[in-house]
Amino acid sequence: MIVVENIKKGFSNKTVIEDFSASFDTGKCNLIIGASGSGKTVLMKCLVGLLEPDAGNIIYNGVNFTQLNADQKKVMRRKIGMLFQGSALFDSMTVEQNIMFPLDMFTHQTKAEKQKRVDEVLDRVNLSEAHKKSPAELSGGMKKRVGIARAIVLNPQYLFCDEPNSGLDPQTSLVIDKLIKEITQDFNITTVVNTHDMNSVMEIGDKIIYMYQGRKEWEGSNKEIIFSKNERLNNFIFASEFLKDAKDMRMLESRGKIQNDRDMDKLLNS
Amino acid sequence: MNIFSRLGEFLLMIKGMFTKPEHWRMYWKELMHQCVELGIGSLGIVSIISLFIGAVSTLQTAYQFVSPIIPRSVIAQIVRDSVILEFAPTITCIVLAGVVGSKISSELGNMRVSEQIDALEIMGINTKAFLILPKIIAALITIPLLVIIAMTLGIWGGRMIGDITGILPHEIYDRGLLDSFVPYNVTFALTKAYTFAFIITAIPAYFGYNVRGGALEIGRASTTAVVTSCIMILLADYLLAAILL
Repeated sequence: MIVVENIKKGFSNKTVIEDFSASFDTGKCNLIIGASGSGKTVLMKCLVGLLEPDAGNIIYNGVNFTQLNADQKKVMRRKIGMLFQGSALFDSMTVEQNIMFPLDMFTHQTKAEKQKRVDEVLDRVNLSEAHKKSPAELSGGMKKRVGIARAIVLNPQYLFCDEPNSGLDPQTSLVIDKLIKEITQDFNITTVVNTHDMNSVMEIGDKIIYMYQGRKEWEGSNKEIIFSKNERLNNFIFASEFLKDAKDMRMLESRGKIQNDRDMDKLLNS
Repeated sequence: MNIFSRLGEFLLMIKGMFTKPEHWRMYWKELMHQCVELGIGSLGIVSIISLFIGAVSTLQTAYQFVSPIIPRSVIAQIVRDSVILEFAPTITCIVLAGVVGSKISSELGNMRVSEQIDALEIMGINTKAFLILPKIIAALITIPLLVIIAMTLGIWGGRMIGDITGILPHEIYDRGLLDSFVPYNVTFALTKAYTFAFIITAIPAYFGYNVRGGALEIGRASTTAVVTSCIMILLADYLLAAILL
C-alpha cells in the first residue's frame, strides 16, 4: 500500500500539486485521472522519486520514502516498476536485452536463469516471438508490452504506468488494460495508473482519483463514478454526448432497469 | 540560467558520478563499449586528418624556406614540432569535439527526452555514473592514444609527401626529425590530450544530460556543446602553453 500525505510541489512560483493526500491499495488498479496540466504526471514523478516534493510524505508499506537518503531510495526503487508513456525502451538494445538489463544490473543469476526469466515475462505479455527484435521494429502496443515486461522482470511490489494507452487504438488499449489488471491481481502488487482513457477508467479502475488543478477533487471506484454528482468530474469524464449516453445506460443497467445485452440481433428484434 | 549556475550544475554532475557501481561487470562492459565507440570509431577521421596535416605542413614550410643558407632538414624539425605541439593534440581534439561531442550530446539528449534516463533512475541506477563516467574514462584512455597515432601519422605524412614531390628526400627528413628533439614536447602534448579528452566528453555530456524539451532542443544542445567544447579547448590550449612551456 502507498500512502500519500499532504504532498505539495511547485516549480518557480507556480504550484502544481497542492496538499494532495490519498492511498493506493495493494492488489488493485489505482487510477489517477484529470485534465492535461492537472498535475498527474508531476504527482507520479514525486511518487517514484524522480521529483522531490516540497512538502508531505510518501509512505510505501510503512517506509517513509521522502525521508530516505539517496542510497536507501535506490534500494527502494528496485521494488518499483514503471511503464513510461513512450515506453522508454533502450534503442541500442534488442527486446531481450532490454528486459535482461535489470537482471544483469541487480542480480547475480546465471545466463540460463536470466534467459528463463526473460522468456517467462515475454510469454506473460504474449511476445514470445519478439526476443531478437529491436524497439524500432515494434508497434506502439508491442513497445508498451515490452515496457511492462521490463517493469515486472524483477518482481516489483509497485507498478506505475504513465498513460499506458496513449497513442494506441481502442483494441490494443483493451489488451494493455487487461494485462495491467491481470498482472496486478496475479502478483498482488500496488498499481498506480495515470490515464486519460475513459475506457480504462470504466474497465480497470478499482480505485479512481480525479485531480483538478493539483488537488484531489473526487475519489471512488468505477462503479461509483457513474453516480457521481461532482460537476467537474462529470464534465471531464463524460465530455461527449456519446459518453453521456453510455453513462445513462450504465446507470440504468446497474439499477436493473435494462439488461446489458450486447447481442445486436436480440436488441434490434426485441 | 547564468554561467555560474551552469558551472555549479556541471560541478554537481561531476560530483554525482562518483558512487559505488551497482554492478562492476556492467560498468566495465559499458566502458569497453565506449572505448570502441569513441576510440576505434574516431580512428579513421583522425588518421586522414593527421596524414594531410603532416603533408600540407611539409609543403607549406618548404614553400616558405627558400633561402639556401637554411638547411632543408629544418623543414622536418618544424613539421615535427608543429605536429607534436599543436596539430596532433589541438586540431585532432577540435575535430573530435565535433565528432564525439555531438554524438555524446545527442545520444544523452535523446535518452533524456525519450525518458530512457528516467527509466534507468527508476531502476535505481545512478545515471550520471553509468552513462557519463564511462564516456569520460574511455576518452581519457583512447584520446591520448589517438593523439599519439596522430603525431606518428602527421610526421609520416610529411615524410611521404616530401619524398613523393621530391621537395625533401626522406634521408634529410629523418635527419631533421632527430635534430634538437625535445622529449618534453611529447609530455606536453599528452598533458593537452588528457585535458582536451575531459573537455570533449564532460561538456557535451552536461548539455545532453540536461536537455529539456524535444528534438529541437537536442539539436540546440548539440550545437552549444560543440561550440563550448571548442572554445574551452582553445582556452585550455593557451593556458597550458602559458603555464607549461
